[in-house]
Amino acid sequence: MITQMLFRRHEKKTLWAVFLILLAAAFVPLANLIIPEDSAFHVPGYLVPLLGKYLCYALLALALDLVWGYCGILSLGHGAFFALGGYAMGMYLMRQIGDRGVYANPLLPDFMVFLNWQELPWYWYGFNHFAFAALMVLLVPGLLAFVFGWFAFRSRVTGVYLSIITQAMTYALLLAFFRNEMGFGGNNGLTDFKEILGFNVQAGGTRAALFAATAIALALALVLSSAIVRSKYGKVLVGVRDAESRTRFLGYRVENMKLFIFTVSAMMAGVAGALYVPQVGIINPGEFAPANSIEVVIWTAVGGRGTLIGPIIGAILVNFGKSIFTAAFPEFWLFALGALFVATTLFLPKGVVGTVQQFLARRKDQKKADAVEQAYHDKAAKAESQLAILEPQAAE
Amino acid sequence: MYRAIQTFLVALCLLVSCLAAGLRAQEDIRPLVDALGATTFPQKIEAVKALAASGNPKVGDILQNLSDGKLYAPKTGGTVFLEGPSDGAYLDVLTGSAATEVPGNLAKIRLNNGLRGAIGTALSQLTLLSPDRSARLAASRDLLKGANPDNLDLLNSALAQEKDAEVKATMEAARAVILLKTDASAEDKKSAIDTIAARGNRDALTILTAALDNAPDDLKPAIQTHINTINRSLAVWDVAQNIWYGLSLGSVLLLAAIGLAITFGVMGIINMAHGEMVMLGAYTTYVVQQTVAAVAPGITDYSLAFAVPAAFLFTGLVGVGIERSVIRWLYGRPLETLLATWGISLILQQAIRSIFGPTNRQVDNPSWMSGVFEVGGLAITYNRMWIIVFSLSVFVALLLLLKRSKFGLQMRAVTQNRRMASSMGIRTPWVDALTFGLGSGIAGMAGVALSQIDNVSPNLGQNYIIDSFMVVVFGGVGNLWGTLVGALTLGIANKFLEPYAGAVLGKILILVFIILFIQRRPRGLFALKGRAVEQ
Repeated sequence: MITQMLFRRHEKKTLWAVFLILLAAAFVPLANLIIPEDSAFHVPGYLVPLLGKYLCYALLALALDLVWGYCGILSLGHGAFFALGGYAMGMYLMRQIGDRGVYANPLLPDFMVFLNWQELPWYWYGFNHFAFAALMVLLVPGLLAFVFGWFAFRSRVTGVYLSIITQAMTYALLLAFFRNEMGFGGNNGLTDFKEILGFNVQAGGTRAALFAATAIALALALVLSSAIVRSKYGKVLVGVRDAESRTRFLGYRVENMKLFIFTVSAMMAGVAGALYVPQVGIINPGEFAPANSIEVVIWTAVGGRGTLIGPIIGAILVNFGKSIFTAAFPEFWLFALGALFVATTLFLPKGVVGTVQQFLARRKDQKKADAVEQAYHDKAAKAESQLAILEPQAAE
Repeated sequence: MYRAIQTFLVALCLLVSCLAAGLRAQEDIRPLVDALGATTFPQKIEAVKALAASGNPKVGDILQNLSDGKLYAPKTGGTVFLEGPSDGAYLDVLTGSAATEVPGNLAKIRLNNGLRGAIGTALSQLTLLSPDRSARLAASRDLLKGANPDNLDLLNSALAQEKDAEVKATMEAARAVILLKTDASAEDKKSAIDTIAARGNRDALTILTAALDNAPDDLKPAIQTHINTINRSLAVWDVAQNIWYGLSLGSVLLLAAIGLAITFGVMGIINMAHGEMVMLGAYTTYVVQQTVAAVAPGITDYSLAFAVPAAFLFTGLVGVGIERSVIRWLYGRPLETLLATWGISLILQQAIRSIFGPTNRQVDNPSWMSGVFEVGGLAITYNRMWIIVFSLSVFVALLLLLKRSKFGLQMRAVTQNRRMASSMGIRTPWVDALTFGLGSGIAGMAGVALSQIDNVSPNLGQNYIIDSFMVVVFGGVGNLWGTLVGALTLGIANKFLEPYAGAVLGKILILVFIILFIQRRPRGLFALKGRAVEQ
């Protein structure tokens, strides 16, 4: 059934997007590693993790769009799921350092030795296995989202209230992860990674492979999201977004539907975080900052919520703009971002993709209308000519 | 060998000084002064103590000079000289006239922390007899802390002359502490314990606990009872102090949240730029203070009186501007308002950063807002007290405005039923703009208060926005009383959790509590009832 769901006919747009992403997954690593440096097609080494970072953000924005664009839940705490996934991966990478840390302790990461800890806390057990860490990348954000959502949706906390408590959630986690006693490296977070699955994280080949993995994960997430929103369940989800009470009165268990999509979305955000950490080489509590989560919302809004490719385009566009702006005029980036927030909500409520779609649809309508009109004219002309043929007879 | 002789000399001096109690004032203190030039610190400390006990009126100056590093002595010990007006010139320590026979190997008498402490105690003993009341009070407090049996006579004579009740009480306590250390009679010791216990504060507790160990057996039960009583009363004062801190934090939260309660509660607008309005208010205070200092330096203490209306008007105008230009297009779409106002907050932050720079700006406390006073075991700082007063007055003023004025009536009408209000001839767009302006203006006034206790930086507002939202959501939307109760409850709860869980964990617990609370009562403590609330 699941395979059937995954391979059910997707929209042509989605398939094109998946194709393009997979093309990037193949092209960028090859262009980086194989095409010689003096060629115009060569992708320089510093660009690969940067592009990978954009794709992680795109995956995060897609996850947010599932809950916001399709279910109307504006989560201001998706950065928390992203960061939790990142921390799970970071813990694996920390354990991989082994005795190559500054203090050369084979078991304890450097910051624990520094804090004079004698043994590994229980929640660090198992993270030396990649499979366990990968499982946790999904489970930890998923479990948090499940518990949080179970409480919130059951008591029908909706709209702004939900947004505010999701923000409180990520804020509480921010404060918690800043504490040294938590055992996650406190202020500095986790960094100084050496190897992932035995490969040097700094090496060009590993970075290219990580980029490809990110692109493939994004493509898979896109297929999965498309399958979800095009299923019957997805249609009801849109119903929940547009008229929650009515959907409930029609007999659907709204809270369960919300809970499912919220949990899936949190897991996707976790995967995005896990792929993000080895590419940027650090995870610290700053990722939990409420401002980060709100920024994700603006990527989605710029691209177009309620469309699947919108958030991907939005995330890449905004972050590309950020890279350029912060390098060229760092003073103005916040002005630009702020103006983007205001302008998007005022003038582009459907985002870039939504607006283009609207425009195309209108043009299609226009064409149809034109065609109808043309047909009418044709008919009228025909009738006239017939009349003209008839007229002489009548005159006779 | 030499050192031994010197020790002997110092000991001799001490002995002499103790024996000659009656003659002290007239005694020649030169040997005692010269002992200051000893080679080891313990010897120097002994010398300082001996000097202090001599009671000579010149001792104060000598010790002050010693602590300022103006005294010189031969490296191997000997006569001490005072630094002269020019290089290489030395004065006689006692007479102040130019010294004639100066040895060649003079060096500055070096100090260490122990010696500095001894000098401090000695100076405070000397000020026990000073005509200045606060100097005597400080001196007697110092004595209470570092009680030394040598000072008993000095203290007795000071006590005999003392008229001021508070100073006298402190002196008596100090005397009691000293008595406990000597081998006075059991009677005396018992009354001494009573005197100390009567003070009833933490210091008394420490003294009694220390005394418990080497007290005679028949006194121990009395001391233990006193310790228990003090512990109990201290626990009560601790609670009171926590409540006070909580009220203080709560009043800050109230100030920050009350404007939000208006925009969020009355208009349903999620104003993420609210924190930046607070920040603008704080910067207005800074600008007003600078202007007043430049134009009329005489009244800088009262610049806050100008800052409050200025901040209200300025942020209020900014608020009206935001409402007219952005928010009015977004009514009925609360989530979009959230995003747009967040964008505005980023722009305002960066604007302030570009104009004033990213560093903190210094806003001075006026003199009537600095300092501490004590009520029982409660230490109350003036600025916290004034902020509580200020935030409660803002609250009352706002309540009156809402309940008693025409504008308030119109505002409530628009909240309850916008279309009906509009049909009755109320210009709802104007009410909206003014309401938003009012909420922002109050945030600006909060900024004036916060500039007194927090750093004035572009990030000031960010620190308060989430807390303010928590207060409004917890207290219930659309109800000012809810905001008051919410702010004070959260403030007090925070301060009670802090000792057990630490500041950060306490805050986390509060956040988790609010998240759970919202599940139970999605509309807050004081929810508006009726159909108007739906959607």
